[in-house]
Amino acid sequence: MSSTQPTLFRLPPAAQYQLDEEGRLRHFLTIEGLPAELLEEILSTAQSFHTASDQAARKVPLLRGKTIVNLFFEASTRTRTTFELAAKRLSADVLNLDMATAATTKGESLLDTLRNLEAMHCDMFVVRHHQSGAAHFIVRHVAEHISVINAGDGRHAHPTQAMLDMFTLRQHFSDFGAITVVIVGDILHSRVARSEIQALRTLGVGEIRVIAPRTLLPREATSLGVIPFKSMEEGLVGAQAVIMLRLQKERMHGSFVPGEAEYYQLYGLTRARVELLAEDGIVMHPGPVNRGVEIESAVVDGPRSVILKQVRNGIAVRMAILSMAMRRHAW
Amino acid sequence: MRLAIRGGYVLDPAGGTDAVRDVFCGRGKIVGLGTAAEEFEAEQVVDAQGCLVMPGAVDLAVCLNPMGEQRASVESETRAAVAGGVTTVCSVTETQPIPDSPAAVRLLMEQAQQAGFARLETLGAAMHGLGDTQLAGLGALREAGCVGVSNGTRPYANLLVLRRAMEYAASQDLTLFYHPLDHALAGQGCAHEGTFAARLGLPGILPAAETAALAQMTALVQDTGARVHFCRLSCAQAVDMLEIGRQAGLPVTADVAVHQLFLTEEAVEGFEVNALVSPPLRTEHDRQRLREGVRDGVIQAICSDHQPLDPDSKMAPFPEARPGISGIETLLPLTMELVTGDILTRAAAVERLTAGPAEILGRETGTLAVGAPADLCVVRLDDPWTFDVEAMLSAGRNTPFDGWQFHDRVQATICGGRIVYEREGEA
Repeated sequence: MSSTQPTLFRLPPAAQYQLDEEGRLRHFLTIEGLPAELLEEILSTAQSFHTASDQAARKVPLLRGKTIVNLFFEASTRTRTTFELAAKRLSADVLNLDMATAATTKGESLLDTLRNLEAMHCDMFVVRHHQSGAAHFIVRHVAEHISVINAGDGRHAHPTQAMLDMFTLRQHFSDFGAITVVIVGDILHSRVARSEIQALRTLGVGEIRVIAPRTLLPREATSLGVIPFKSMEEGLVGAQAVIMLRLQKERMHGSFVPGEAEYYQLYGLTRARVELLAEDGIVMHPGPVNRGVEIESAVVDGPRSVILKQVRNGIAVRMAILSMAMRRHAW
Repeated sequence: MRLAIRGGYVLDPAGGTDAVRDVFCGRGKIVGLGTAAEEFEAEQVVDAQGCLVMPGAVDLAVCLNPMGEQRASVESETRAAVAGGVTTVCSVTETQPIPDSPAAVRLLMEQAQQAGFARLETLGAAMHGLGDTQLAGLGALREAGCVGVSNGTRPYANLLVLRRAMEYAASQDLTLFYHPLDHALAGQGCAHEGTFAARLGLPGILPAAETAALAQMTALVQDTGARVHFCRLSCAQAVDMLEIGRQAGLPVTADVAVHQLFLTEEAVEGFEVNALVSPPLRTEHDRQRLREGVRDGVIQAICSDHQPLDPDSKMAPFPEARPGISGIETLLPLTMELVTGDILTRAAAVERLTAGPAEILGRETGTLAVGAPADLCVVRLDDPWTFDVEAMLSAGRNTPFDGWQFHDRVQATICGGRIVYEREGEA
């Protein structure tokens, strides 16, 4: 019927929300639909901030006079803090709003919140929300001049986390085409996993594997472009990087998995299993880490772990994304 | 009022008419086709030359006043119905007030009568307050005029309660309208559990949430012989199962919402809240099988599943938005597109909108046979037009079909022998 109904799928794909007419970043909602060149630009911009941050002059005046609102409807420490640091190093004014405690569960009041913030002449919203699609929703209903950065929406996307992980991977592997990356754990509920997979695909990573019990995998997992493995013993072999996902407390019991002990036994990253990785293989985790649940404590602190490096890289990568999304204001 | 509809191409599958005929109406009934009795003197004439004249559509699933919504009313929605060629609206039970008492049913009927647009039929609540254990007074509801009973999408406490509801309904000669949905399996899902839900991170609903419930209900029908109508099928396997049940002679019928015959899970791309419906839009395979089911008569009725919502109800991130489409004005134009697309014959399309659903309700509408109620609509064929959300009469503007091109358009609607809708600019 689509031939007689050319208007059937006229909804703009994600990329159209995110880029302006010249293909520059306007909002950052999801990795999906963004060209590889843009992701590379984020990485190289982040590299310049990363290098600069080692030097004495830590603040750059790129966003002086701009106001950035951290609008967090869900608790977060690391993500919010690194966004705040990134904004401050770009000389922006930062407003932190902890909406998790405020009673704003209905769409109406979410919209009202936005209207109020618009009236205060803010330039950018960094948003975290517990519902998939919340960042898209805000972009659709917010004033034209405001840029929206998705800091995690439901199970959908966490694109800045994905980019800082790409940055970390790039520090270790220059040729993405030659590496295999494994993601382990609760893929079903993980926005990090979805964004990671899209970023890895866009940047041409050789092979992407996932390891999880079926209860924690989306039903059409292979359609995401990954190869599912049932066991750590098979899936980890020869990989250059393993990304461990946090198993949420509420999913440790009941019918997703039988319990912490069995989960650790089957899917925990132990020192012995780290040895299955390639010789130069690294261990990543977007945090917060559940030591002894999805990962052995000694692995977190071990020589292959780049977990703290990821956190550090978060600042430079978020500086890159904030400054790129604000470029159309600044120039 | 004596009314003549002249020169139209009359298509009435149930009455066996498929030719250019004049239609004569008097005292609210069809009194003649082709030729009128000599003493017939028309007080009013509708010129239907070059148009299709068909029985008015019978829509099995209309929510006139969704719970918690402010804007829609019996008046606004029956007005929209006749503009869309629908002359009988069957009100669902998840509406306010809940039709679980004769008083609530009579109020609804009075409101429809006062509005004076479409004929109203209503289902009664199967359970008191749409709860899960206490039967509503089904005998009284039948006396008040309910055409069937339903708990809508609300669950029954268990299969024993469901068995009793269907058997008690059967003993009152009422069909149980059943939404096949396993609530635990559907969970908090808001989209088909397929590739789009996987990508967008939306909680999914398996087809099994529908088929598991359908299989259980089929087993109950086998053992009890009670008549059941399945509401809003959404997946291919459900059509397969229904086909087997019907071939075995079980007293089961089914309908499908017209949007399921056109849209797939793809429509939720970009978190499009107007494509958020329950049951969810599924895959291309499901859409094809549902179309086959309609074509082969496994599914007897196409309905709008009309849900006129306030704008606020869709103003939320996708999983928090309220499901539903304001669909009564697109039911007929969309269904007729199945003819343009060679999916259905015109006779089959008309039948699934008229006699098919009328039979499920046990009513004598849905045909233009002499003696039947004079409910009909005049449709201009092959005159492309664009559906415009701004021009909708329904209080709900929640439609994914804004900007769609349709070929056939309702010119005039007659209900009970009265002209209740005429397109502006058309005499």
